[in-house]
Amino acid sequence: MAETAAEPVLEPREQAHDEPASGFIRRYIFSTDHKIIGIQYILTGLFMAVVGSLLAMLIRLQLGWPTHQWTLLGRLLPTGMASGVMTPEFYLALVTMHGTIMVFFFISYVLVSGFGNYLIPLQIGARDMAYPFLNMLSYWVALLSALVMLASFFVTGGAAAAGWTSYPPLSAVSSAVPGSAWGQTLWLLSMALFIASFTMGGLNYVATIFSLRARGMAMMRMTLSVWSFFIAAIMGLLAFPPLTAAAVMLLFDRHFGTSFFLPSGMVVAGQLLPHQGGSPLLWQHLFWFLGHPEVYVLILPALGIACDLLPVFTRKPLFGYRIQVYCLIAVGVLGMVVWGHHMFVSGMSPFSGEYFSVATLLITVPMAIFGANMMASLWGGRLQLSTPMLFVLGVIAFFGTGGFGGLFLGNATADMQLHDTYFVVGHFHFMIGGVTLLGTFAAIYFWFPKMFGRSMSEFWGKVHFWLTFIPFFTVFFMQHFQGLQGMPRRYYAFTSYEFLKPMQGQNVIISVAALILIAAQLVFLANFCWSLIKGRRAEENPWAATTLEWTVASPPPHGNFGHVLPVVHRWPYEYSVEGSETDYTPQTVSPQDVPVTA
Amino acid sequence: MVHTRIPPSKLPVEALLVGFLFLATGVFGVAYGARRAWLPPLASRHGAGIDLMLVYLLVTVGVLFLIGYVALGVLIWRAARQQRVTLRLATRKTEWVLSAAFGAVVALVGEVGVLAIGIPVWSEYFGASPPADAFLVEVTGAQFVWNVRYPGDDGIFGRTDPRLIDDLSNPIGIDRTDPAAADDVALQNEVAVPVNRPVRLRLRSKDMIHSFFLPHLRVKQDAVPGMTPEIVFVPTREGTFEIACTELCGLGHYRMQGFLHVLSEGEFRQWLQQQR
Repeated sequence: MAETAAEPVLEPREQAHDEPASGFIRRYIFSTDHKIIGIQYILTGLFMAVVGSLLAMLIRLQLGWPTHQWTLLGRLLPTGMASGVMTPEFYLALVTMHGTIMVFFFISYVLVSGFGNYLIPLQIGARDMAYPFLNMLSYWVALLSALVMLASFFVTGGAAAAGWTSYPPLSAVSSAVPGSAWGQTLWLLSMALFIASFTMGGLNYVATIFSLRARGMAMMRMTLSVWSFFIAAIMGLLAFPPLTAAAVMLLFDRHFGTSFFLPSGMVVAGQLLPHQGGSPLLWQHLFWFLGHPEVYVLILPALGIACDLLPVFTRKPLFGYRIQVYCLIAVGVLGMVVWGHHMFVSGMSPFSGEYFSVATLLITVPMAIFGANMMASLWGGRLQLSTPMLFVLGVIAFFGTGGFGGLFLGNATADMQLHDTYFVVGHFHFMIGGVTLLGTFAAIYFWFPKMFGRSMSEFWGKVHFWLTFIPFFTVFFMQHFQGLQGMPRRYYAFTSYEFLKPMQGQNVIISVAALILIAAQLVFLANFCWSLIKGRRAEENPWAATTLEWTVASPPPHGNFGHVLPVVHRWPYEYSVEGSETDYTPQTVSPQDVPVTA
Repeated sequence: MVHTRIPPSKLPVEALLVGFLFLATGVFGVAYGARRAWLPPLASRHGAGIDLMLVYLLVTVGVLFLIGYVALGVLIWRAARQQRVTLRLATRKTEWVLSAAFGAVVALVGEVGVLAIGIPVWSEYFGASPPADAFLVEVTGAQFVWNVRYPGDDGIFGRTDPRLIDDLSNPIGIDRTDPAAADDVALQNEVAVPVNRPVRLRLRSKDMIHSFFLPHLRVKQDAVPGMTPEIVFVPTREGTFEIACTELCGLGHYRMQGFLHVLSEGEFRQWLQQQR
């Protein structure tokens, strides 16, 4: 056991936390308190999720009923859907912005930045992040980034339309597609801001976890949430900056005549372009060098949070805590060197392709172990099917389902048929869509009482779970089989091809399920807003949990822990310890009172 | 005595429902997947290898998927009715053994597929050694047209120059002053090839990245400006097959349709004569 691990001696800025900032604006708007910043991220992310869902709704309307005239929508969206029928360029802007917003501005903000900020200091026993001002700056840059992205809907040509991956030349040549006029420029600026913001946040995570852990909080006593934020932050710090460079290079290609990504001899719309010597594949490498680790940056926290909730709702320790930590580290290392599996048929050397294939499938090993251990944690437990737990069970199921799809796509040979089909769409929606979405909901239902001092409705939470899980599974499971039939992604309509015509019926079913899924989120939003005002008052530790955040008031005071910082005596999952009066033993309980069991 | 502030699930019906949800999801998933053969009817030689790969994965993964969901359902059903914790902490040995077992199974399924079934297909397709009798065709993607070119009797493609490109008369800019270009045959959206003879397909692009996708022949390769990747495949069935674009290339991406005509050797020669 890691009893001997170095105990941090640095005391977090005690002085700064004697008094909370006075005045509404300093306290709730320009706050440096990690809890407020976390909540700001969460609310911003939820707002962006609403936007992203509306885009998804439009996408599914188009794919389900490609020729239908939506008169009302035509009036609301006079450029994109004049006379009620969507234009192809508007459709492409929709898929591009749906992907970008959901990945970077919803999941990343709520799960990684929101819960990361909220939980890290509370769970490691710190008063705040290591750099509170940088933390505030990170949020405001993030907000600016989101606003720039939203603004791109309103510029000439509309929002970016080159896909969330923004492959040049489509994203580089303004005459290639309407969205590649100003929309793409704003997309690139917004991404650069996003990465700057994430870098500030990520630095803070790593610094805080290294230097501000409470006495006794050895690394091997940290919760898996904190571990997952830690690994995710390191991955983000290593993987994201190359895309900042790439975004700047692409801006130069677009506006200042450079040729980083553009080769010679390109003729677009009858015009010979002056560029020479660049390579479109360079962007793909730089993008996926960010893009693939980004997948792990998003799903690892969802998995870490699921692992944290399992013991609470099974009343027993997690199965294989150390192995889970090693798996997170292994995934973090391997996740950095497999980006090429997005490029098997891109024209990249087939030899590199085989390397990326073998390496990618190696990742399934730690991931499979991680998933199996989550399931094994149910064995012998006393399961309580509260709302957060239902979502955790959903995380496990979707993680398995998405992971199995990964066995197909990581395989270069199978990918020849499946690449850029709906198999890919189904797969990544289970992973960075489903695992993260259900993980986010689990986290919100679970920590809502801590954040706001009130509980969300269990009944409506359960309704929300059922109405989310079943349609979600239907939509994205069926899409895998559309992919096997060869249905390409990013198609405005599937009407031109004979081999695609039989899929129209499937598209209608998927669209109906997707619309139910989107509508079901209104249950969540209503529950969230109602509970903020009218929810049942929550006590300090409503779930009878063991980690440090549950030892303080709900919501925790400024500075989190009163005058004395907690001292940690045990690992985070001490449930049902023999000889204890309660079936949970907080990390602060000394070994003299209750034996330490791991 | 252990106790908690959360009451145990009073309703076994809830345990039943949630357990059943996962069980049913697994059974439904496998039933849906096994309902029919999803792949478009095969029409190429290497495609048999890809299909073997996919079927191998569908079967192994299908079994794992079913086991996983059923196990999850059963575990939930059991654990949700327990009044107390029956297994608190597994021994370290159990943890390692179970983890190693799961890791080994998945590694076996994944890597065996890639190495044993995948690599031979991969090397045939990317023409590690293109057969001598391979038939050469060039396809140049453009917004939103497939430009097709045959090298003619000399077997050599003539020079092209982007400055000569004229979308109507000379869409890929063939330099007709080059003697090798004299017998080049240029077409749009129609590719004809003889059946059962290896096709060496050279891909180019005039503007955006396109991807040449023949769903029935299990062929997919990006056409990237500035690059000329080559792939090799053998059509095994006569008929007309649709070509789709699978890399987003602009607003006409969804209708960038072409046709591959697989003809008998005689019909093919006749067809090529007519195009001159």
